[in-house]
Amino acid sequence: MAEQIKLSKKDRISIWWRSTFIQGSWNYERMQNGGWAFTMIPAIKKLYKTKEDRAAALQRHLEFFNTHPYVASPIIGVTLALEEERANGAPVDDVAIQGVKVGMMGPLAGIGDPVFWFTVKPILGALAASLAMTGNILGPILYFVLWNVIRMLFMWYTQEFGYKAGSRITDDLSGGLLQDITKGASILGMFILGSLVNRWVSVQFTPVVSEVKLDKGAYIDWDKLPSGAEGIRTALEQQAAGLSLSDVKVTTLQNNLDSLIPGLAGLLLTLLCMWLLKKKVSPIVMILGLFVVGIVFHLIHLM
Amino acid sequence: MDLNIIQIILVFIVAFLAGMEGILDEFHFHQPIIACTLIGLVTGNLVPCLILGGTLQMIALGWANIGAAVAPDAALASVASAIILVLGGQGREGVSSAIAIAVPLAVAGLLLTIIVRTIATAFVHFMDAAAKEGNFRKVEFWHIIAICMQGLRIAIPAILIVAIGAGPVRNLLESMPNWLTDGLAIGGGMVVAVGYAMVINMMATKEVWPFFAIGFVLATVSDITLIGLGAIGVALALIYIALSKQGGSGNGGNGNFGDPLGDIIDNY
Repeated sequence: MAEQIKLSKKDRISIWWRSTFIQGSWNYERMQNGGWAFTMIPAIKKLYKTKEDRAAALQRHLEFFNTHPYVASPIIGVTLALEEERANGAPVDDVAIQGVKVGMMGPLAGIGDPVFWFTVKPILGALAASLAMTGNILGPILYFVLWNVIRMLFMWYTQEFGYKAGSRITDDLSGGLLQDITKGASILGMFILGSLVNRWVSVQFTPVVSEVKLDKGAYIDWDKLPSGAEGIRTALEQQAAGLSLSDVKVTTLQNNLDSLIPGLAGLLLTLLCMWLLKKKVSPIVMILGLFVVGIVFHLIHLM
Repeated sequence: MDLNIIQIILVFIVAFLAGMEGILDEFHFHQPIIACTLIGLVTGNLVPCLILGGTLQMIALGWANIGAAVAPDAALASVASAIILVLGGQGREGVSSAIAIAVPLAVAGLLLTIIVRTIATAFVHFMDAAAKEGNFRKVEFWHIIAICMQGLRIAIPAILIVAIGAGPVRNLLESMPNWLTDGLAIGGGMVVAVGYAMVINMMATKEVWPFFAIGFVLATVSDITLIGLGAIGVALALIYIALSKQGGSGNGGNGNFGDPLGDIIDNY
């Protein structure tokens, strides 16, 4: 047998970098096909020398392809292994290559979407956003660095994994580790979502439920305070001792709800949104609707 | 405030990056928390834009491109609303009205990206032709052109907003009455629920609903920071997986781990 053509680590790094742009020419006809071909070019150049072979390879990799952009990496790895065998004379035909691509893209997208879009991104995003909302610049920096480190490492190692596992990868995917990761991620995700709904969905009702006149001695008697700094000090001391600031105790609807559990209204709103989504109401309609509700409820002094 | 020529060029670059990322979804320059902050950085309005970015990020948590479906466009929403915030010159005061503007912008961006993705179909046919000749350069060229087109999708509207100028933008914002801005701020506090609801709908199973409940209740203890909550969450996940393996009863399928809330949701 003639000498074997192998893809070097340098080739694989170049392919890894190019796979960053896999969605670049996303189109309604064959979706990620242009980006896929763009990614495979260094391998095609290395493996095939004649013009006919190169043209055939390019055309073969312009077929329909669409998956989650990050989990495309293991598929790229496997395809590289297959192309390498083919270039070295193994009987790997177009159908086999396209079959592996299509066979893997569905199940892998089923892992990529929940893990990245619905777990890592909301958690990182919410952590970073809560920092940013207080004016802390660490928010965006943390998000950018962590997101890209996770993404780049994931793409490199899964591409290498795919390349080494070759055509056996489809079996490995049914293994236990990936299931554990998916389940662990969804547990963590739901837990964090629960706390975020509590902390960040803000629904405040303003109507006053009751006004109770307090007994003497339960509030700070502003007229009897010493004047000047001394008075401020006494007032603060009295407040710290638990005295009310005014002689009327005002209870709003919000206070009543909060005494059940803080954030209850936000939770109910979230559940309502989930229900509406299941009824196929568009999120955009809901967002605009909530703004309208905010304005109307504010005008009638409910919020 | 008015921007000088260097700032306008930098805004263009940031907008271009955001537009590219709107399709690539890799570096996440289009995420509000990054895009708004960068616009704030290059225009010298860091803190208001940072707060705007954080707030928009909360709303956009659940926006994702799944399969062929296209999410509301975070890129145009964040870049354009940040520019409007900067031009309006109201600082932090302007954040809540900028958020209200961001939502219609996200819809406009969605339409633009659908148009661009349709045009890209033509490019793929050019690639087909190039592939027949085995011409690598041309395949790469059309791919890069497609990426640039996505960049311009945001960069051109961004520059248009800058060109209209601070005057009209400020007038628009100042003509908004108080009840409107206050109402919008109240609405802004509620719309984050939509994003959470989208994410929960995707992740929720009977098995994981109890963790939502634990998270919700623990969050009422305001001493625990989000990082602290994250640590508890990781620990719970590890414990659960380890225990469900020891259980030996199948794959840890605690089907009767009944959670009434989950049942209610599932039965809708």
